[in-house]
Amino acid sequence: MSNGQNGAELRLVTPGMAIGPSAGIRAGSGALAQNDTIIATRLGWVKQLNNTVSVDPINSAYMPRSGDLIVATVAEVRNNLWFMNINGPFQGLLPMSLAPWKVEFGAARQHMGIGDVVLARVQEVDECHNVVLTMKGVGLRRLTQGSLHSIPINHLDRLRGEGNATLQRLRDACDCRIIVGENGKVWVDGDAEGTAWARQAFDLVRNSGHKDTFEADLTALEKNTPKNGDA
Amino acid sequence: MGGYGDVQLLRDDGLRLDGRKLDEMRPVSIEAGILPAADGSAMVTHGLNVAVAAVYGPMEAHPRKIQRQDRAVIDVRYNMAPFSTGDRIRPGYNRRSREISKVTAEALESVVLVERYPRSKIRVEIEILAAEAGTRCAGITAAAVALADAGIPMRDLIVGVASGKVEDTVVLDLDKAEDNYGQADLPVGILPNTGEIAFLQMDGDLSPDEYNLAMEYNFKAAAEIHEIMVDALKRRYEGGEN
Repeated sequence: MSNGQNGAELRLVTPGMAIGPSAGIRAGSGALAQNDTIIATRLGWVKQLNNTVSVDPINSAYMPRSGDLIVATVAEVRNNLWFMNINGPFQGLLPMSLAPWKVEFGAARQHMGIGDVVLARVQEVDECHNVVLTMKGVGLRRLTQGSLHSIPINHLDRLRGEGNATLQRLRDACDCRIIVGENGKVWVDGDAEGTAWARQAFDLVRNSGHKDTFEADLTALEKNTPKNGDA
Repeated sequence: MGGYGDVQLLRDDGLRLDGRKLDEMRPVSIEAGILPAADGSAMVTHGLNVAVAAVYGPMEAHPRKIQRQDRAVIDVRYNMAPFSTGDRIRPGYNRRSREISKVTAEALESVVLVERYPRSKIRVEIEILAAEAGTRCAGITAAAVALADAGIPMRDLIVGVASGKVEDTVVLDLDKAEDNYGQADLPVGILPNTGEIAFLQMDGDLSPDEYNLAMEYNFKAAAEIHEIMVDALKRRYEGGEN
């Protein structure tokens, strides 16, 4: 059995790989105590905080939490509610009472149809993983123009940067409005050149977000912004 | 097993027709993350077999009647491309692909932590691009790497491997001639870290001693393939540690 951790050095582990002995150590997310050993259950980096060992996964599905700001797509429409694709294992439910409009019973389709994109917030997630969304709140609305992009959940922090610094750099560079949903969906609204540049930046985050060279690559990309006239 | 015949499958020097020793595996190479649109993917080349697996999800399970309130369902679709063998295969689902899809799904369900995603579905597509005996094993191996690549939580990386019997001799990893004219085939899905068996089929007859030897070969090969799987996953994400 190969070890995932060698001394204090962080290592990439694969499912089933032994991280270390379980004595006095708690298995955090992405890890499992099996017999006397803690094993990884996901592909990712081993992290140890106090006496809890966890695996920071390289890829993972979006697990909705109450309060998350997400970009969702209408998947189904009923008389009094919308089922929303939230890019996760479960669909979100948006009842007409939590929509920003006054919706009559049976008139849900007149406000939003399948494929429409909204900025919503997760109102509630119960123990059965039923997800209720709300569009009542400042800035929550139907997104009518712009384009939708995807970023792996684990690279959202890379996209945002410390205190949203990286995201602000991207906004300034492409002169577009960029909304990042917690569910890995990113909405970009701007001119064609700016959107094309933003798309390159998202590709960079997607492909190199986990690499040490990301910052240098992003700086190089910034030299070719639409503002500089090189794009 | 295509049936017994008078085809000579072992050479006079004790080696097999392709020059392999009895306990020698065909060359295996694995690449992870080959399909950008999939959540996770992998390609396994095992001898002349080429298997591609793509994983999508976890996602809402549709139709709703297939949902399980306490766990995710794993929806596997194994398919051989029409051009994967010399004789063209009629496209679409058939009895064999249905059976292999079912046993593969059951094998994967025993390693994936399905209880983490109740009411959802994990879709696994296995496409065999080239076939030369042992495609279900190559498919399981590819699916395991693709699931890990997709970030699906698992207890272990399941490895598909097979042994069999030709000319009353137990051999590891049958090729096409050995599979067609041999006496037995024993494909298994092994969890290398715990030594558990998640899937086992047997075609033909093996005595208890032959069975034990075949399983010994299978475990040895599973350890080798597991190393290649881990290496493929690490290679995909090398250079990172954020």
